[in-house]
Amino acid sequence: MTMNSTGRPTRSDNAAATDAPTFTGNKALQIEEALIFEIGDFAGTGVDLAEPEAREDRLGGLNRNSDIGLPGLSEPETMRHFVRLSQKNYAIDMGPFPLGSCTMKHNPRLNEKVARLPGFADLHPLAPNDAVQGALEVIDTLAFWLKELTGMPAVAMSPKAGAHGELCGMMAIKAAIEARGEGDQRTRVLAPESAHGTNPATAVQCGFKVDGIPADKTGRVDLEALKAKLGDDVAGIMVTNPNTCGLFERDIRAIADAVHEAGGYFYCDGANFNAIAGKVRPGDLGVDAMHINLHKTFSTPHGGGGPGSGPTVLSEALAAFAPIPYVVSEEGKFHLVETRRAAKAEGDGAESFGRLTAFHGQMGMFTRALAYMLSHGKDGIRQAAEDAVLNANYVQARLKQEMTVAFDGYCMHEALFDDRFLKNTGVETIDFAKAMIDEGYHPMTMYFPLVVHGAMLIEPTESESKRELDQFCEALLSLSKRAKSGEIEFFQAAPVHAPRRRLDETVAARKPILRWTPENPAEAAE
Amino acid sequence: MRYLPLNPADRQSMLKTIGADQIDDLFNDVPSDVLNSDFDLPDHQSEQAVERTMSAMAAKNQAAGAGPFFIGCGAYKHHIPATVDHIIQRSEFLTAYTPYQPEIAQGTLQYLFEFQTQVAALTGMEVANASMYDGSTGCAEAALMARRVTKRRKLVLSGGLHPHYAAVTRTNLELHDDQVVMAPLDESASEDIAAMIDDETSCVIVQTPDVFGNVRDLSPIAEAAHAKGALLIAVVTEIISLGAIKSPGEMGADIVVGEGQSIGNPLGFGGPYVGLFATRQKYIRQMPGRLCGETVDAVGQRGFVLTLSTREQHIRRDKATSNICTNSGLCTLAFTAHMTLLGEAGLRKLARLNHEAVCKTADALEKIDGVEIINKSYFNEFTLRLPKNANDVVNALAKEGVLAGVPGGRLWPDDPAAENLLIVAATECVTDEDIETFATKLRQAV
Repeated sequence: MTMNSTGRPTRSDNAAATDAPTFTGNKALQIEEALIFEIGDFAGTGVDLAEPEAREDRLGGLNRNSDIGLPGLSEPETMRHFVRLSQKNYAIDMGPFPLGSCTMKHNPRLNEKVARLPGFADLHPLAPNDAVQGALEVIDTLAFWLKELTGMPAVAMSPKAGAHGELCGMMAIKAAIEARGEGDQRTRVLAPESAHGTNPATAVQCGFKVDGIPADKTGRVDLEALKAKLGDDVAGIMVTNPNTCGLFERDIRAIADAVHEAGGYFYCDGANFNAIAGKVRPGDLGVDAMHINLHKTFSTPHGGGGPGSGPTVLSEALAAFAPIPYVVSEEGKFHLVETRRAAKAEGDGAESFGRLTAFHGQMGMFTRALAYMLSHGKDGIRQAAEDAVLNANYVQARLKQEMTVAFDGYCMHEALFDDRFLKNTGVETIDFAKAMIDEGYHPMTMYFPLVVHGAMLIEPTESESKRELDQFCEALLSLSKRAKSGEIEFFQAAPVHAPRRRLDETVAARKPILRWTPENPAEAAE
Repeated sequence: MRYLPLNPADRQSMLKTIGADQIDDLFNDVPSDVLNSDFDLPDHQSEQAVERTMSAMAAKNQAAGAGPFFIGCGAYKHHIPATVDHIIQRSEFLTAYTPYQPEIAQGTLQYLFEFQTQVAALTGMEVANASMYDGSTGCAEAALMARRVTKRRKLVLSGGLHPHYAAVTRTNLELHDDQVVMAPLDESASEDIAAMIDDETSCVIVQTPDVFGNVRDLSPIAEAAHAKGALLIAVVTEIISLGAIKSPGEMGADIVVGEGQSIGNPLGFGGPYVGLFATRQKYIRQMPGRLCGETVDAVGQRGFVLTLSTREQHIRRDKATSNICTNSGLCTLAFTAHMTLLGEAGLRKLARLNHEAVCKTADALEKIDGVEIINKSYFNEFTLRLPKNANDVVNALAKEGVLAGVPGGRLWPDDPAAENLLIVAATECVTDEDIETFATKLRQAV
């Protein structure tokens, strides 16, 4: 038993003592919480509303007379319910969240504050033009920053997330091809095998067929293989840069040239723009369209899976096909172009491909992202990219003593490992990841990209201090040694300290229970 | 820079560990002629300076709460309890990622399960997903789903569907050269949409209350659609109406898409909002988007995970049901927390208060000479026919501090029949004084 200097035990060596069940199922700060449907009833409520007057309704006889099935809780019960739930979540505010490709960086609270100013939060999207000049100014200013940072002439602001931005860019490409009269001919889109799943899904959603490009030995697009696949049936290529292996595509300009020469367009997946923002302009690399995840690169929070925002920059060749609505400024006054007819007049007769969403995009993310950009400035944005790349390389350099780096050389903002170091240990990537949870870390991205066996993709971001990185590396080195020492059961049992032990995803998928029902009151957690 | 923890000494020592001389060694794959370009942008600023800049822009806008406010058409001003905004700002919710590691994301997963249950109950459907971006994109996804289910390539859109929803749907479906049949403007809810459904039709999309505020009976349309083997997609842009009006599920809808903004989410100039998507159990494997499901952990405790991912892009890639990844996570939390506070009793009462406000507004405006109410039925929104161009009226009233509604010319700029229409919404936020001011100013303006 380990003791501190006054002879008191600091850690029990008795595993049974730490696992001792409690009568309630609670574990000190971890309190079990039932579903609202098991706590509340249909008469309960946590709001005090005025009593409506008795009057004849004008609902056309379509009144809802049956029970709806929505329980209500008082305000204190509601607060307690959601606070208890919150304590079952890991978050960037608690510790490193090194999910590769996801860019979990610090979320400044200034951004939350400005987004809640009544002039932004309490503003209707269809209010008259004169009533929304400040909002249009935010959109126009943010658009300027995005165009400047990417070196691109235009940006579509309305896409609601990264995948929606991909859709925007690929729709613009489709419209440009159709305007050339080659819509029926150019139906194939090339995408590397290491691409995010959204890329092929987006291409298909636009009516294209997808053709994979293999990676070369260095983890990058195989240029010769790419060239061999080009032809007059190719609409374009979707390449992530820096790519999903965390590497900059060295041949990026040759790739762009080859695609352009074949009459196609170059869509760049900008999910990893944070590695190069303020360092390199994608417009200098031959890109025709690229979405920018404001919730990654510019730190509007991820919020447990959204909302995102995916403004999409467009080259000269595609700008005229941009979706409506968009903002134009004239002598210090801002207007919205809201119809295809008006867009046609603006765009030299080229036709906007249409509308992506009901309103103007994710305004609440625009205000946050702009506050983030103004705070950083061009010097801070460059420093952030450099620190992100430095942190990733530092982690790669320290971990390679025990873990196996997938590709040689420096990485960009994320370090990619494969599972060779776990060979013959019986421990798999998922076991290693789950053991990290017990050590107080959110695991890295697992099993992605698909081109690397048992991939572990670590993206520390610029938000981690050296001290935090050192502790993180020590923990991973210790786990690696432990795996190699043959403690399979330890890894397969992990996590043991989380609010739940390993969850059975097969059971969930085989007999899906997607809602609570009174007939099937899910067994209470005992 | 206050957000960056590394100091110059850290950076030097880390470079040494890496074995690089300078930071740009790490960027050696970038063509050197384009590395470190200059940008026409300012340097970093203090928190105070940024707040000042942003506040100045916010101050140029006319917020809904600043005066009498009657705009709706797919985004509605409702009171949001203070508790909701506190809950969504908790670090553990705000700064978490998509719950891909369920053992340390049970908080997010449990509220998603609760959200799905609430949405299914509200819409009268069997299952709901964990959200879409917003109502309009959900509408397009529903049309794509109907295409997968029926293997047909023609869709029929009601003339009462929000024109932006119609435009988003058309933009997505025309990519596949599908035939999109749009019924003419139908402000009085008199169209015979059932007659437009044939054996080629994959789905018919009908909104209720429609964009003009009319409450529509979906039952005969559902019957007609089903007789031809087509699906009925019901669109609800004012979800609070379902506290008063029969649910689309009860009227036979196959898919219900909704805009959930009204519950827990601010107007926010159009986003982020929360798309609701509900359907029948038999279609779950054709649904787009994330689904949260119940399961057990290794020692038998109940828990929740993302499930049926084989429909999704990160597993299925080019065979996925949709390309959606990030959805409206935090907005679903705002929805769930607000709905938990309301409960069924609160929701029904809130719906009645909305109806009361709109009835009072209608009574006051109807008295004005030359102003006619088109609707026979409505929930919290109705349409006026004015004796002149509604756009001019709206601009005139805005100058006097009254945000009067949405002029028809804004939504249907190419349709002269819409020019004199004014769509007016009234929620529980409208006071008797607001209504009086609106009526007085409108009388002067027409």
